[in-house]
Amino acid sequence: MTSTEAAMETEGRVSVPNVDTSEIAIQITGMNKWFGSFHALRDINLTVYQQERIVICGPSGSGKSTLIRCINRLEEHQSGMIVVEGTELSSDLKNIDRIRSEVGMCFQHFNLFPHLSILDNCTLAPIWVRKVPRKEAEETAMHFLKKVKIPEQALKYPGQLSGGQQQRVAIARSLCMRPRIMLFDEPTSALDPEMIKEVLDTMIELAEDGMTMLCVTHEMGFARQVANRVIFMDEGQIVEQNVPEEFFRNPQSDRTKLFLSQILGH
Amino acid sequence: MTMAKASFVRMEMIEPSTPPLSEVGIVGWIRENLFNGWLNATLTIISILGIFFALYEVLPWMIRSSWTATSLDECRKAIAATYGEGVDGACWAVIRERYLQLFYGFYPADSYWRPNLAFILMLAALAPILFPAVPRIVLLFSAGYPFLAFWLLWGGSIWGPLAVIAGFVIGYVITTKLTDRYGLLVGGISAVAGTVAWWFFAAEKVADLAHSVLPIGLRPVESAQLGGFMLSIAIGVTGIAASLPLGILLALGRKSDMLIVKSVCVGFIEFIRGVPLITLLFVASTLLNIFLPPGTSFDVVLRVVVMVTLFASAYIAEVIRGGLAALDRGQHEAADSLGLDYWKSMRLIILPQALKISIPGIVSTFIGLFKDTTLVSIIGLLDPIGLTTSIRANFAWNGIIWELYCFVGLMFFIFCFSMSRYSMYLERKLQRENR
Repeated sequence: MTSTEAAMETEGRVSVPNVDTSEIAIQITGMNKWFGSFHALRDINLTVYQQERIVICGPSGSGKSTLIRCINRLEEHQSGMIVVEGTELSSDLKNIDRIRSEVGMCFQHFNLFPHLSILDNCTLAPIWVRKVPRKEAEETAMHFLKKVKIPEQALKYPGQLSGGQQQRVAIARSLCMRPRIMLFDEPTSALDPEMIKEVLDTMIELAEDGMTMLCVTHEMGFARQVANRVIFMDEGQIVEQNVPEEFFRNPQSDRTKLFLSQILGH
Repeated sequence: MTMAKASFVRMEMIEPSTPPLSEVGIVGWIRENLFNGWLNATLTIISILGIFFALYEVLPWMIRSSWTATSLDECRKAIAATYGEGVDGACWAVIRERYLQLFYGFYPADSYWRPNLAFILMLAALAPILFPAVPRIVLLFSAGYPFLAFWLLWGGSIWGPLAVIAGFVIGYVITTKLTDRYGLLVGGISAVAGTVAWWFFAAEKVADLAHSVLPIGLRPVESAQLGGFMLSIAIGVTGIAASLPLGILLALGRKSDMLIVKSVCVGFIEFIRGVPLITLLFVASTLLNIFLPPGTSFDVVLRVVVMVTLFASAYIAEVIRGGLAALDRGQHEAADSLGLDYWKSMRLIILPQALKISIPGIVSTFIGLFKDTTLVSIIGLLDPIGLTTSIRANFAWNGIIWELYCFVGLMFFIFCFSMSRYSMYLERKLQRENR
């Protein structure tokens, strides 16, 4: 490890609130998931506390996206238990909708609604799910669009925005539901290099405000700066988890070492 | 000696300049579109000759015509007298004499104001649906229009249509009252049951009672008297308006996870698509009464409307299914992740986009439906085609063919072309809005 990288670890670290280990945000116990006969997630046990920032990394096909998609039931798990904010995920549709409105999600391909303006993208769920009056929803939307630094784009349509701007709108859209947890599924993987920073900056700000975050990402710089825990997954299981300094400096398993050498090696 | 330099720095940026004259303007357009290459040039010339030849043959026939004669014989003589012996000209006089019949069928002449009013009100009812600039409040009128139009065309007591509307009100009240307490399933089912019970057992009696207290009504007109373009428009517009929502439901049902719903929808769609419309119309005209409860008589035009609607809805469902399939999976996931339930995500996110993609297919189906209304002549309804037969059977006009069909064709073309233009306007508008 070079000296600059080592320096980054300590100096580049942003000031984030301390994790409160008395309050559990997500509790996953003995969770298994199959796609047909393919065993995608194997005996996952994971406890996420309030205000934690967890980065999940691993090779493609290791199940990291599937794991966070199970948390808001975009994928259904077949055995084990997932409890989100005190509500267990079962096939009860009411519970699922309640959890989904408490858990925000950002996708690799943004998935903004192309037929709605930016403002309408942000106000839709608050108005229709939370029954917030339109005026109030628009004020909230503008507040969060200011936070992600694109209030001037509010009346445009998603197709008129750059990738980075779209992803920031997607973050604002999720925040408008005032979620307690945010899930990020490779939020910067589809972006041009020039735009990755603006999205990461937005996510860092979110972390500074004390949001509970689970990020699937390959941005190891972000992991060093923001995460309080890094999870490495392979073949559908959690192989290693540690605080970022230790994880990068002193990986324990061979698989983790190989992975890190491949993504940090150039 | 200087070395070749690898580095290069541009100090001044090149300003854009105008393109050469041969690329822009009329000359550029003609070169680009009509004469780019010898094959294209040949085709252009052949096409121009073809168009010229067709017009050369048809135009004189259309222009050297008679508008005043009262029979085919008289007409031929008039043309021979004006343009010389042996000249073949169109006998438009038949249109002049019979256009009212082609428009209204055998509708009582002193009541023509009723279909006329219904037509004008139809345009008013369609306006808020077709053009978003029209105030939304007009939609309330659009919702009530079908009942008003039915009453205007068929006449009778106004309490009949009002009793039918009352059924919808009853259904709505039951839904809202029960859904809060027992959930959507119980609310929905009891609402449908309540509405149907009202229609079958109470509506007629209540309407009769109301009519005896306060008789408001128009002279009743038999279905057999309805005809011409009035009939085509009545069947076509009702079919179009009813088949779209039904088609949407069928498409959603076909994509549903629920096995029974899915099987029913697939079965229905495949059955309808596998059977010719003519067959369904014969079923409507003869067999349907066997399946209905004894004692209920169901107007033949209404039966045809039901069949045409079912027929079109199966096609609409498949067109919309295509639109649904074209949507990115991410749209469903984004809607789900925001906590929108199935119906909200369909209504607000999925369908607006799927329908936009499906516009060309939907409008094609609508145009097909509208033209298929001419098939009702086979079961004895007097649509424009049916009327041409009866006009030609008349002694005075025996032997006339082209003029009538030209006119009917022209009228259909006007309607269908308007639909096609509207769909293009809509596509352009949505395209513009979304980027």
